[in-house]
Amino acid sequence: MKTLAELAALRDKARNQVAMREGKAKTKIVVGMGTQGIDAGARDVLLAFAKELDKDNLFETAVVTQNAALAIDGKLPVVEVYEDGKKTATYVNMTADKAVKVVNDHIKGGKVVADYTL
Amino acid sequence: MIRTHVLVCGGTGCTSSGSVAIREALVKEIAAKGIADEVKVVGTGCFGLCALGPIMIVYPDGTFYSMVKIEDVPEIVEEHLLKGRVVERLEYYDAKTEALIKEGKQVGLKDTNFYSKQKRVVLRNCGLINPEVIEEYIARDGYKALGKVLTEMTPETVVDTMLKSGLRGRGGAGFPTGRKWMFAAQQPAGKKYVCCNADEGDPGAFMDRSVLEGDPHAVLEAMAIAGYAIGSDQGYIYVRAEYPIAIHRLEIAIKQAREYGFLGKNIFGTDFNFDIQLRLGAGAFVCGEETALMTSIEGKRGEPRPRPPFPAVKGLFGRPTILNNVETLANVAQIILNGPEWFTAMGTEKSPGTKVFALGGKIVNTGLVEVPMGTTLREVVEEIGGGIPNGKKFKAAQTGGPSGGCLPASLIDTPIDFDSLIAAGSMMGSGGLIVMDETTCMVDIARFFLDFTVDESCGKCTPCRIGTRRLLEILDKIIAGEGTLEDIDKLEELCTFIKSASLCALGQTAPNPVLSTLRFFRDEYIAHVVDKKCPAGVCKNLMRYHINPDLCKGCSACSRVCPVGAISGEIKSPFTIDTTKCIKCGACMEKCRFNAIEKI
Repeated sequence: MKTLAELAALRDKARNQVAMREGKAKTKIVVGMGTQGIDAGARDVLLAFAKELDKDNLFETAVVTQNAALAIDGKLPVVEVYEDGKKTATYVNMTADKAVKVVNDHIKGGKVVADYTL
Repeated sequence: MIRTHVLVCGGTGCTSSGSVAIREALVKEIAAKGIADEVKVVGTGCFGLCALGPIMIVYPDGTFYSMVKIEDVPEIVEEHLLKGRVVERLEYYDAKTEALIKEGKQVGLKDTNFYSKQKRVVLRNCGLINPEVIEEYIARDGYKALGKVLTEMTPETVVDTMLKSGLRGRGGAGFPTGRKWMFAAQQPAGKKYVCCNADEGDPGAFMDRSVLEGDPHAVLEAMAIAGYAIGSDQGYIYVRAEYPIAIHRLEIAIKQAREYGFLGKNIFGTDFNFDIQLRLGAGAFVCGEETALMTSIEGKRGEPRPRPPFPAVKGLFGRPTILNNVETLANVAQIILNGPEWFTAMGTEKSPGTKVFALGGKIVNTGLVEVPMGTTLREVVEEIGGGIPNGKKFKAAQTGGPSGGCLPASLIDTPIDFDSLIAAGSMMGSGGLIVMDETTCMVDIARFFLDFTVDESCGKCTPCRIGTRRLLEILDKIIAGEGTLEDIDKLEELCTFIKSASLCALGQTAPNPVLSTLRFFRDEYIAHVVDKKCPAGVCKNLMRYHINPDLCKGCSACSRVCPVGAISGEIKSPFTIDTTKCIKCGACMEKCRFNAIEKI
């Protein structure tokens, strides 16, 4: 460790170890994980979101969590995206591939993927 | 691809209630469910609510579980970590969060009364990072202040920043930290030392332990900054051997800091060298006194010596030395990073910043709280502390441990800062705050603290060694019901002598608990010596148990539980207690279903 720049680089690399605990991420992705949701493939969707966020180092921007109560009959798995000051987006019939697109267009691009919403 | 962090407290409190086994069970169960690469289990330092341990927090939602048992682990993993169903029966809530839950809101740690009123500067990383992983400290801007100081500031500007911040020593006396550093910096160049006082000895105080256990790097970083400011290349942390977890984490932290080059030679590519060693104390209270502490580091018996010369001129091994308390040091890096103005904006004009208190005694939320200086005692006790349990009334709060005094109910709106407490006849001390209710006898409390100082007096000077013992004897006499009004006068007179003639702060402050209880609760002393009564019903010689014949149903439950056969009577008619046999254990009173037994 010789310079402040070196320290700053190390800090940025280590950020994803603690960022989640600071509650700074403004966007929260909630995957409906009731028993039926899991049956319909909600775990794959959850993991796809986690993987995508991790890949693009979005840990300061968004977190992904689950809620067993979130379900809409016949349209599982359901995902809701909460953002401070914005209308909640409800995605239905989600898949892992659709999750990747939601991260790219919605989380990173700021545009709700209207095709997937309710 | 971690999506959830499960934080399990690894502080001393939670460890003693089994948190290590819970953490291990959690790791095992998570692996068994096949979610080990999604969920990370993190051991942290203290969260503060020690009475509710073991504590577990699940992020990103911040769900707060308290009193978790090992049997709860499978349910937490299956329901919460896998499916996202919060295990409601384990959730901690108070009146405030209960209302929020009813509105259907998701609540976390920060929403509770206990946390929402706190301002965490010293404890900012405690319960948030894994203290055994230096990268987590770095992710929270760790060692940035040290880098900034070494590459962008001169030693003079560092001292100047500390002076401007107005930071005062958190160990008890409240001496301005910047001035201490300035005096040492002004000494001619040569070997100088930076010492950290981690010899926390007040009964009921554990804020330093929690910082060392939860954020050890904050102390190391501050010591290196202090070393640069005064021109020292060697630091010592004097920590008591009774803090094994703190010592273990410090050892890990020092090793990691050396590996990264935050300690050692040519730190941040400059010609500044600094290293830190641990010195373990055997737990003598007097070694918290600065001159005794340094004598002990030198390998001699821990006894104080007269000042001047002050340690800044002639300290450890006869060289200029600064000695700062753990909590004081934990503020330093934050002051450097955020500027002295940020620090003076918190707290009061003469006592800027925050203070950590160890809340204990008759209070709902036992644990560690950090509030801005100037917060009133009422806010700490009633709002953060959750008030007195069992509907009892607040009687007094003891601050400053055996060196401090009590604040009675009439002073509950006193802002807590160095000067207000001294004006009220108490002192900040290291921050122990023991709450007492109407069932506490103030003479008994004074006796408790004096018993401690008599034990801990090092014996070097006569006023402390003999004076405190005489004080204790008089108190014993009063508690036994054999005291006189003259004894109260004698107590007061002796207190003044001990205060003015003792060598170090231990003796000089030892009479404080007696003086302050005399000041605010003199009527209780008088009740003990004149009426031969203990108003709180604590002193056994001054009370007796009595069965109220109007309430007694003659069920014989009391006589069956009495260990000495002092209670007799005929079934279905009132029983009586033979006071010559009664040992006043109170078992009968607990057993009676008709409230027929009373203390008089």
